[in-house]
Amino acid sequence: MFGFLNNNKIRFVLFQVLAVLIVAYVAYYAISNLNYNIERLGIRSGFDFLEVRAGFDITEHLIAYTVDSSNLGAFYVGLVNTIVVSVIGIIFASILGFIIGIARLSSNYLISKLAETYVEIFRNIPILLQIFFWYNLMLISLPSPRNSFDFFDKVFFNLRGIYLPKPIFESEFSWVVIAFFLGASLSFFSKRFFSKKHDKTGTKQRTWHYHLLSLLGLPLGVYLLLGAPLHFDYPSLQGFNFEGGLSFSPEFLALVLALSIYTATYISEAIRAGIESVDNGQKEAGLAMGLTQTQTLKFVLLPQALRVAIPPIINQYLNLTKNSSLAAAIGYADLVGVFSGTVLNQVGQAIEIILMTMAVYLTLSLLISLGLNFVNHKMRIKGLNE
Amino acid sequence: MNKILRFSTASLLAISGFNIQADTLSDIQTRGNLNCGVTTGLAGFSAINKQRKWVGLDVDLCRAVAAATLGNSEKVKYIPLTAKERFTALQSGEIDILSRVTTWTLTRDASLGLNFAGVNYYDGQGFMVKKSLGVKDANDLNGATFCINKGTTTELNLADYAKEKGFKYKTSITDTIAQTKSNFETGRCDALTTDQSRLYALRTTLKDPSSAIVLSNVISKEPLGPVVRQGDDKWFNIVRWTLNAMITAEELGVTSKTVDKPSQNSEINRLLGNTDLLGERLGLDKKWSYNIIKQVGNYSESFERNIGVNTPINITRGLNALWKDGGILYSPPFR
Repeated sequence: MFGFLNNNKIRFVLFQVLAVLIVAYVAYYAISNLNYNIERLGIRSGFDFLEVRAGFDITEHLIAYTVDSSNLGAFYVGLVNTIVVSVIGIIFASILGFIIGIARLSSNYLISKLAETYVEIFRNIPILLQIFFWYNLMLISLPSPRNSFDFFDKVFFNLRGIYLPKPIFESEFSWVVIAFFLGASLSFFSKRFFSKKHDKTGTKQRTWHYHLLSLLGLPLGVYLLLGAPLHFDYPSLQGFNFEGGLSFSPEFLALVLALSIYTATYISEAIRAGIESVDNGQKEAGLAMGLTQTQTLKFVLLPQALRVAIPPIINQYLNLTKNSSLAAAIGYADLVGVFSGTVLNQVGQAIEIILMTMAVYLTLSLLISLGLNFVNHKMRIKGLNE
Repeated sequence: MNKILRFSTASLLAISGFNIQADTLSDIQTRGNLNCGVTTGLAGFSAINKQRKWVGLDVDLCRAVAAATLGNSEKVKYIPLTAKERFTALQSGEIDILSRVTTWTLTRDASLGLNFAGVNYYDGQGFMVKKSLGVKDANDLNGATFCINKGTTTELNLADYAKEKGFKYKTSITDTIAQTKSNFETGRCDALTTDQSRLYALRTTLKDPSSAIVLSNVISKEPLGPVVRQGDDKWFNIVRWTLNAMITAEELGVTSKTVDKPSQNSEINRLLGNTDLLGERLGLDKKWSYNIIKQVGNYSESFERNIGVNTPINITRGLNALWKDGGILYSPPFR
């Protein structure tokens, strides 16, 4: 009766179908059990709460937000803060990681040992502890607002944060922006023109002054012609705090510092691995062909090193973004802190809120992975696997 | 194959039969202990003392519930929770009772699937500032930075207060009370705002308590009380009447020391289960209230032991005195 089970093809399909059915049933069971219990306990469900007035304030908001904004508004504030801290963290981590990675390969004993010590220390301490460390260190060591570190009366640094002059753009400033993009495209086309000329004739020309002129000179000229349509709003001490200007809280600074320092250790290792993966013969071959040291690095070594280094580096970007959720611990107003912290406590709908938060991190991670795939595609060895 | 099918169907059926039980009393009686959600450390309400035991006004309530249901006030497992974890812990069944300076509000009562079983401390939100700041009144706090514990009604009250007064303000919001306090000490903020009782408690734990003052302004009503899951009325009644037993005991002058003395007062005899057997109506034995008073004490004893004027926290009874002493503490009759 069960003879058909001996058929390989049928068995193959049967077990797959069975597996899918079991997964579907478990999912169905979990969800219906959840619904049953929510109903029984009288917990409110659904996404209506997003429209409700939030009723609490968020000090660090880059998009419009007041006490009267909705919970969805609070969600966006948290989301933007998460993205900002991740992007800035990624920039600093990349710069620092690149420097440390090169330093570790330095022939200078002191430099390479220092870089190695740095990597070994910061890679091996949990990131949460580092965040607490930098945060509390900052709070203990920085002065109060009335005794701030003061740079030319324009920039102030105290334990409430760093206060910078805030640029105020007048409407004419848009012409400067247009001039900049014009200059950038000019620079791009001149580069193509000169490299084509170089390919044809073999003559090499210095071109940096053209680029400088079009990239900086053009916008600067327009800026001056329009009568400098840009001024600054300077911070000043008013009562308890500094008002005006552009400010970053110590929570933000500590978080960026901790995330970049921690992630930079992994990035530096990726850079080192990449460079070491290129055979020494490549360098020698480059030099033997008459390329200079810089040209060898630029045209021979780096393209091969980056192909190895970039995937793990982007993985670290992904990790940094996910680690930024630890911000909640020191009270930076990121998505986890604002949305699955304060909002969750006010409305109590843990399932909806945590699901939304998870969906955000999943989306961010997938976007970064998408970027990784794109870069991988770009960097692949041409002619292979095609 | 048939065997496998039968087996898997059976096991799936077995899983389907599993649902969260709604009989908390029999659950804890089988388990042999009460799971009680408390703060991560708040002197006077729930904190670990030098003998490594949990003590405090909120802890006493859990001990009283354990005495009433298990006959032993020591059979409590304390689960420290941050403000934002507390409701989820109760909803999910990780704890049986939340006794953690939690404010009773309509939204929480109506939408969290929880019930507030009473009020064991009437509080209000206040401010603590450094003396050196020279601030004497909350009206002087325009433009200040406030330290706040995350996930509390404090954030909402402050926002309302600032809006009403037209204040600009900044916040430093942290997860744990310890970090909030340390931010206040280092000067991350100008004022720490939370329920006044906690301000007094926190002040005693500052490195230099005399460097800070608690302002007299109160900007909100904060009735704090024990919380239980919705849908188990029997358990709800037990918790509510445990608190009432402590209040009534104070009213009748019954203390842990005098509880063994025979009395002619019929109210006392009803309370202690010598007549009427009120305990059985709650599903408990007749000694439930005797155990509470003998092992934990009446409300006054608990208050004075943990937060009263002879403790470092030094809070007067105020609103929390009995109704006949000028406060608003009032228990329905034991009858």
